[in-house]
Amino acid sequence: MSFSTLLLFDLKYRVLWTFIVVGLTRNPLIKCTDCCVCRSSVHPQGLRCPRWQQLASRPLSVSPGLRCPEEPLARADAIFKVTMLPGDGVGPELMTAVKDVFKAGDVPVEFEEFHLSEVQNMASEEKLEQVLASMKNNKVAMKGKIHTPMEFKGELASYEMRLRRKLDLFANVVHVNSLPGYSTRHNNLDLVIIREQTEGEYSSLEHESVSGVIECLKIITREKSRRIAKFAFDYATKKARNKVTAVHKANIMKLGDGLFLQSCAEVAELYPKIKYENIIIDNCCMQLVQNPYQFDVLVMPNLYGNIIDNLAAGLVGGAGVVPGESYSAEYAVFETGARHPFAQAVGRNIANPTAMLLSAANMLKHLNLEYHSQMVSDAVKRVIKQGKVRTRDLGGYSTTGDFVRAVLENLHHRPVY
Amino acid sequence: MAGKAWRSAVRTGEMCEPLPSTRRPISIHTVTLIPGDGIGPEISGAVMKIFEAAEAPIQWEERNVTAIQGPGGKWMIPPDAKESMDRNKIGLKGPLKTPIAAGHPSMNLLLRKTFDLYANVRPCVSIEGYQTPYTNVNLVTIRENTEGEYSGIEHVIVDGVVQSIKLITEKASQRIAEYAFEYARNNQRASVTAVHKANIMRMSDGLFLRKCREAAEKHKDIKFMEMYLDTVCLNMVQDPTQFDVLVMPNLYGDILSDLCAGLIGGLGVTPSGNIGRNGVAIFESVHGTAPDIAGKDLANPTALLLSAIMMLRHMGLHGHAKKIEAACFDTIREKKVLTKDLGGNAKCSEFTEAICQRVKDMN
Repeated sequence: MSFSTLLLFDLKYRVLWTFIVVGLTRNPLIKCTDCCVCRSSVHPQGLRCPRWQQLASRPLSVSPGLRCPEEPLARADAIFKVTMLPGDGVGPELMTAVKDVFKAGDVPVEFEEFHLSEVQNMASEEKLEQVLASMKNNKVAMKGKIHTPMEFKGELASYEMRLRRKLDLFANVVHVNSLPGYSTRHNNLDLVIIREQTEGEYSSLEHESVSGVIECLKIITREKSRRIAKFAFDYATKKARNKVTAVHKANIMKLGDGLFLQSCAEVAELYPKIKYENIIIDNCCMQLVQNPYQFDVLVMPNLYGNIIDNLAAGLVGGAGVVPGESYSAEYAVFETGARHPFAQAVGRNIANPTAMLLSAANMLKHLNLEYHSQMVSDAVKRVIKQGKVRTRDLGGYSTTGDFVRAVLENLHHRPVY
Repeated sequence: MAGKAWRSAVRTGEMCEPLPSTRRPISIHTVTLIPGDGIGPEISGAVMKIFEAAEAPIQWEERNVTAIQGPGGKWMIPPDAKESMDRNKIGLKGPLKTPIAAGHPSMNLLLRKTFDLYANVRPCVSIEGYQTPYTNVNLVTIRENTEGEYSGIEHVIVDGVVQSIKLITEKASQRIAEYAFEYARNNQRASVTAVHKANIMRMSDGLFLRKCREAAEKHKDIKFMEMYLDTVCLNMVQDPTQFDVLVMPNLYGDILSDLCAGLIGGLGVTPSGNIGRNGVAIFESVHGTAPDIAGKDLANPTALLLSAIMMLRHMGLHGHAKKIEAACFDTIREKKVLTKDLGGNAKCSEFTEAICQRVKDMN
């Protein structure tokens, strides 16, 4: 069979598929696909697309170049609803940047926004419930940092933590990757930090046993330690990485961190192809600033993860450039890698939207919108590489707006007709 | 074995001599010296030699420490070492090995408990001539050393669930906060930053923070800032020059002090001091015992030397401290005689000799 016949054969099937899908979308029973065509943000009857339909049409949207001309826009055959929590500080500004870029790129994602904030007195049980309900439907969210006021007012767990616990977002993944074109003290870094974020020091169990003496409990369980270890090894397998390093302080917390370490070692035995090592947290920090290239995938309990996330983000350019994500068995939340509200920058138009845009691109990938994901991340990386438009944290003088405009210009979006 | 022979040779050569030769009006201070294990004896020998060359008014009283079991099965350090420390108040200590599963707590922990060494002070200053990605680092970490996550209280609640207790007390927090401000004032430092995680551990770290704020009220001449631990880590690796004195609870201090040591080139060039109650202070090098190079005359004595310099400053002997420090830094800057870990090829004794020569030239 020659190449051309193969192509023809392939095309024939694609056309056939198109008829099936077009037939489906014309079906009057499924109202909400209409909006994909007309781009209205309101769904008739407020209904979501049934899941099976999204699935049926998804494979086609991957290769838009091969579609027949009379077909509707490849990327508009389903609209994905995503929950959005802009959070505090510069969060809302970053989300605006994301929305601008999505709009320009015809990204078939629609956000359901919720303003949950502890500092602005906008947090309540009711609101939290709304967010949870929306998450139940959408499964995917974008989130800014919800700032926790330091003053202790009787409630030990912050909303940020409660959200994590309610959704059981146990794994936080931060892929620290140097950005080509922006040079720091350590270039070509590529490491993944996986953090358990539902227990440990963040258990919010504290009490004053006698006046002036406070006990704070750190909880480590075998179940959750094994779960995060398994997640780390599965991640390493999926992304073809070679080594997983467990970070701990078992020399001091012999039982607690000892249990974590033991769980990691047990899980490691099930993955003989992946190298397993462990390192003490203080040594790990020291090694990270001296020779970060020795690490590949790092897995650790809660507080250490918080430290290493930030440290590693600092190595490649700061909180403004590293995307992050949190996973549970069901949900995925996309956020910045180092979570800071950056409140001193609010309204000054100086925040760096790189991290949030890259995170948004990761979200699109998660939704199987490969084309759009690639488009957004390529545009951001191109702007960084050109080095002309740089926000203040990267040593430039551009504003957030300038940066977003530069991204829009670099958005090589090819509308299909 | 070779190391011991070498050390005793050095000691007989100098331990008896400084006394008659240094006839100075200033009084001679006696300092307890714990040479330590592994490379400890070598680097202690080097420090003694340099101090002798600099005519520092220090008399060493050497004591060995090993954990012994007292009546009632309680682990303690030997009485003669304790007695010496109680008398002299000041000590210099090389690295001590902690045997794994020997049944007794680590020696460092034992010393810490015995003398109630509540504050760990580590100045991290970039060393000119020893290249790292970070320059102009000049900061001090002050770490609470007695409680926090290192309380050692842990239990298994049910199988598979462990709780570790982090203990924060008002007294210890106040003591460390006061000390940080005192240190800043005595050492002409402009600001103190409290490092905490009070957004997560609202009560315990909240208490620590409150005590720092109270101390700041009393020391208005020194600028006070507070920062989350994660923010400090983020900023530290981006621009460490913005920090001055940092004060924090135990675990954070452990992590940050090692991180800062990493910025300037590792534990081999970082001095450390432990401040205790009643004016007791033990200065130490915080690196390991390096058993693989012990006795081979390859060790780098810089960390212990810098700790000894810190000790001189603590005792108010600023002139001698300055002289020895200059000699040490000049030798490293010139890069002619350096030990292996600093990128040279010299032996420990050669490096020591080079510093001694410079010190003598300055006399």
